[in-house]
Amino acid sequence: MSGEIIGTYATAISLLIGSAFIIVGVIGLLKFNDPMTRLHAPTKVGTVGIGMLLLASMIHSFVLGETSVHEILIMAFLFVTAPISAHFIAKVSMHTRTCATPPSPPRDDTWSTLSVPEQELQAEE
Amino acid sequence: MARAFYWLLPHPLLTLLLVVVWTLLQNEFSAGMIVFGVILGIIIPWGTSVWWPDTPKGFRLGKMTTYSIMVLWDIVVANVQVAWIVLSVPNSKLKPAWIVVPLELRQPEAITVLAGTITLTPGTVSADLSEHGNSLLVHVLHTDDPDAVRDDIISRYQNRLKEIFK
Repeated sequence: MSGEIIGTYATAISLLIGSAFIIVGVIGLLKFNDPMTRLHAPTKVGTVGIGMLLLASMIHSFVLGETSVHEILIMAFLFVTAPISAHFIAKVSMHTRTCATPPSPPRDDTWSTLSVPEQELQAEE
Repeated sequence: MARAFYWLLPHPLLTLLLVVVWTLLQNEFSAGMIVFGVILGIIIPWGTSVWWPDTPKGFRLGKMTTYSIMVLWDIVVANVQVAWIVLSVPNSKLKPAWIVVPLELRQPEAITVLAGTITLTPGTVSADLSEHGNSLLVHVLHTDDPDAVRDDIISRYQNRLKEIFK
């Protein structure tokens, strides 16, 4: 069995695994019914789903003899940026009270999203 | 001498990272591109050092590498578990929970890495930091025992990060 055939199979398997995780992520996004639980679905798509597709792309270009390393960079940038968007969606749903109220932190007064500057508190009074 | 070095290269590791990223972006290996990468690697940290004056001290690259590999493995395992939860647990039986992780880390970089790790691991999303940065709010998709998840985060991630950022 030549390297090319093994490479083709490896590419196909990676593509299948990646697509399967993406489908599960989309099902999760549609099935859950409040913003905080929905938020869990894209984290799955963003890691293993995209990761396997990028791996497939790398194997494919390696088999064709053009080594490509852009995929590693895409993965690195995704890993750095994905938590930030998730964090902001979580902050918005805390602000609009569309989720269960979180417990108050043990050592500080409140969470930074819900914290109100003192001048505004006085203005409200 | 050391002062001149830190004036020119306020963040030596960032410089190195920028050179590597620039070279990878080109997708081909040539001397000219590396020289250009070095130039960028000096100019960018130098120009932005005003907004980022403190260099994280005592960062251990070796331990960070083993930590990254462990996190990658955890992500794969958690992905399969969460995929199973998505497909098999109906909405009415889902038990989402908020958990509060007491933070022992003090450096902003270390807290960022911890929060990023928690979000990237499927099933948990770090949602907020308390006012003075003493606790981290984490949302869990489905759990029977929130305290066990919290202890797991502390023993698995926080204690390791404490050793990395000493």
